[in-house]
Amino acid sequence: SSHEHKLNFKKSKEVCLSYIQDAMLQKQWKRAAEFLTFYIESLEKDFSTEYMGPSEMIWRIGTEILCHHSHSSMKEFNSFIEQMKTLGVKRYLKVCLEHAFHLLCNGLIDEAYQNLSLAESWRFGEQTAIQDKEMKLIQAYRGLLDYYSWSKQKTILLEHGQDGFEDLSVEQEMHSCFRKAAVNLREIIKIPGVWDLFVKCYVDLLEFYGDHNEARQVLNEYAYNSKFPANPNAHVYLYQFLKRHGESKKSLISALKILHDIVPSHELMIDFNTMLQKSKKRKKRRLGLEVIFAALDYAGWKENVKAWGCLARQVKQIVISEKHLDWIKQEWNSRKDWWPAFHFSRYLAKRNWQENESLSYEKALVAGILLGKDCKYFKYVSHQGCKAQVKRFRILKKFVNKHNPAYLRISG
Amino acid sequence: RDFNERCIQCSEVNWGLTDGGRFYCRSCHNVTERTREVVNTDFISNTRIQTISKGLRKQEKTDGGCEWYVCEGFQLVLKKQAEALEALGVCPQMKDEILCNFWRRYLQKSKQAYCNRPAGETVKALSVCDSSTDVDSEPERPSLLHLLSLSESEGDLQTDCSFASSTSKVSENTSVCSGSVDGSLYLMKNQKEKLRMTMPMTLSFCYMALLWLREPMTLSDLLRFVVEGHIPYLNVFQHFPEKMKLCGLDLKIFCVESWPVYEEVYNKMIELAAFLDLPRFPDITDSCFLHPDMLCMKYLMEANLPDELHNWTCRVVKKICIGEADFLTLVPGNKSTRNVKYDVLAAAVIVVVLKLLFLLDDHYEWLLSDFAEERNKSNKEGGSYFEFKKWYKVIKCALDVEQKKLDEERAKYLWRCEKPLFYSAKKKSKVLKRRQMVVNLQNQFGKLSGSVRPAEKPNPSSFQLSWSEENRDGSCFHGHSLKGILQEKCGLLTAVNPDYWLCTVKLCTEKLCGHLAHYREVDFPQSYHFVLRLFSFLLRIQPSYIHDEVCVIEHKLFNKKLCKKPKYNTGLRK
Repeated sequence: SSHEHKLNFKKSKEVCLSYIQDAMLQKQWKRAAEFLTFYIESLEKDFSTEYMGPSEMIWRIGTEILCHHSHSSMKEFNSFIEQMKTLGVKRYLKVCLEHAFHLLCNGLIDEAYQNLSLAESWRFGEQTAIQDKEMKLIQAYRGLLDYYSWSKQKTILLEHGQDGFEDLSVEQEMHSCFRKAAVNLREIIKIPGVWDLFVKCYVDLLEFYGDHNEARQVLNEYAYNSKFPANPNAHVYLYQFLKRHGESKKSLISALKILHDIVPSHELMIDFNTMLQKSKKRKKRRLGLEVIFAALDYAGWKENVKAWGCLARQVKQIVISEKHLDWIKQEWNSRKDWWPAFHFSRYLAKRNWQENESLSYEKALVAGILLGKDCKYFKYVSHQGCKAQVKRFRILKKFVNKHNPAYLRISG
Repeated sequence: RDFNERCIQCSEVNWGLTDGGRFYCRSCHNVTERTREVVNTDFISNTRIQTISKGLRKQEKTDGGCEWYVCEGFQLVLKKQAEALEALGVCPQMKDEILCNFWRRYLQKSKQAYCNRPAGETVKALSVCDSSTDVDSEPERPSLLHLLSLSESEGDLQTDCSFASSTSKVSENTSVCSGSVDGSLYLMKNQKEKLRMTMPMTLSFCYMALLWLREPMTLSDLLRFVVEGHIPYLNVFQHFPEKMKLCGLDLKIFCVESWPVYEEVYNKMIELAAFLDLPRFPDITDSCFLHPDMLCMKYLMEANLPDELHNWTCRVVKKICIGEADFLTLVPGNKSTRNVKYDVLAAAVIVVVLKLLFLLDDHYEWLLSDFAEERNKSNKEGGSYFEFKKWYKVIKCALDVEQKKLDEERAKYLWRCEKPLFYSAKKKSKVLKRRQMVVNLQNQFGKLSGSVRPAEKPNPSSFQLSWSEENRDGSCFHGHSLKGILQEKCGLLTAVNPDYWLCTVKLCTEKLCGHLAHYREVDFPQSYHFVLRLFSFLLRIQPSYIHDEVCVIEHKLFNKKLCKKPKYNTGLRK
């Protein structure tokens, strides 16, 4: 602080660092660069015993500044990073990787590829083994870029195919890209982790070359292997794959079940409910109701016509059949305290009617069953609908009136 | 001239010097084989060791370096510092006489030179008498080692001390661990009794010389000049000649990585003065810069306080007898008197005076200020009354600005220099590569800094804050009057303020905890803290040092009252 008159090298650099940090937080890049200039000499006293030594500080801070400073260029950035690579051998691959990311973010895909290839060929005694994880990542990203090339060539081929051209060299290159990509992508997804992008690309490759078995296996592993972190996307990918290949409803349903458990608000819940509703099995239909109610608990679904449509359809079906009203009762039990204000307020009735007639229709049906014909929402909407002489609202009104006893059983 | 032998040929004692530096008899022109070893009084300017006897010392090592001893290095440092001080206006006598005499004495006392047999040293064998065979020596450039051959009474060239080395030769190993010959030995020895030389001690030497000459530079001034770069200290080894290679343990000795601390330099100086058996220093009288009356004047000006306060500081000084030459003058080795830190003392006196007149209890001073403001409003002509509030605002503003600048300067302080340092030859290439990278990065980010970095050091000045009465904005308080806060009683001017609070009722024992008092900001009024902060900034020392001194002064001032059963409430007022 200001009253400290004793000063040594270490303290002086700590103070300098705090000035840099302040400047960066306030986005004063010139000032940050200025103070960094004075901090840099701590490299000459880098004993690498601290958790984060000067060389790592300078790498990270310098990168930030060069990213944001108006006068810096890619060329400067590259020359800076090259110097950083020589600074700490323990960090070499990490720096390479982040450099590649930066190049990719700036659209310099070829340069990124070169960097990754160069890094892949790096060997440094026991460090190579210690930095194994970074190496795998580098290979994986290079594989990704190979996939990207493959993809481009595929597009070219298809275009040429349409035009009637045949291009052997492109085809060969495409296949070689495939091989390179496949090898690396396969490796990385073996390691427990979140590899969404890699998995998608790999599966895409496999499907193209017709190796559906491998693809299915990969997706199953990714979704169901307990060593991997819980990942909703894994289930989505699997589901989409199964759907593409016309798998049975049973397998589709089992794929989506876990997704419902993890992310009840997922957009695929509509598909899920649709499938479940149609099922012959009672349990499945029960589940369907649960699924659609759960989805509508979330604010993001409040104005989703499809979702309300699903719920309305199912509720209607149950009411007409007069079987399983208890299902609705069970679902409604935990919601009756807050759904009315959440979904069925008079304000919402007005707004829904004004903005989206279909939405208000579906919701009115549900409201009429759950809250009875005298509830605000139903009354307002049905009145408006009848006034506007929209046919279905008249039908709706009749329906709800007719089945009011059902409401009484649900609420009672 | 000092050569008193009789000429072999004519038995006269009438010698002159040939161009070759040999003695020749003026009477018969007989040239002897004796060469005259000249003791150049400015031997300090020479730092190359030369052998008198041949062959025992390698002149040149393979890397172009020569052999050098640690004390030679320090000698160079002192020389550079003395030159810098001279450039700042200190009289040349300091460098040419005082400092070099002190240094010589130190070498003698610590048995590194000027004595018969340096204890425990591995020293080369030298023989002055064999000089007849020594054609290569350059007589006009005597070496330090040569001077080792002199006895304790200097100038006695006759006394031939061909002393045998205690242990034969310097082992080859030492030169590997350090560029200097005795670097490792230097650090290994237990130097408690001999006061081993360190970099901060060079400043102690300088200050001691300044004090001897009663130069107008306080220790805090000196240390500030060091930090501002006007006096070589931080990377002074840059100025060593090419041939003096530094590596390994030399770095521990000569490279500093922290600013010199006032207490450390001061205490070392006291120790040094005693070690050198120096007599009583020249008296500090009331015409000296270091006298509290003078220093108070200076600090009052710098603190932008009314000149009238000077009367009060003088009164306090007189009352507690701290203006006496006996109190102020340094007597080395005298343990009974407390040694005087002139700058801290003067600052503390001013603080006490402010407390006397304004109480500084966060209440009374503002009250007085309001009264003064009233009077000033109704009294447009004539001098202004001093308003504490106005002064506070002006000073706080200036202080905050300067403090902020200082803080930023500290953050921007560059410790390294162009000359690379390495512990061993193996690391050399690595060090050089690093240095190159550092320079590259500095350039790269320097360009992105926008503004051009001012490369020059600020001009050295004795005053850090200056106030001019020509400023129309009324920000200068020198001429303001204290009329509003003074009253006349029995023909004597006293303060309107009847109260006083002591900083501490009892002084601590310095021996136990190193301090006389313990300062915590929260325990004291903010106005008091502000005043301490002001002088703490000017002197670049911790507020607690000034606080300690304030306590001592107060206890002297109110000694009688303290000894009596307290009738007055001398406790802290909130």
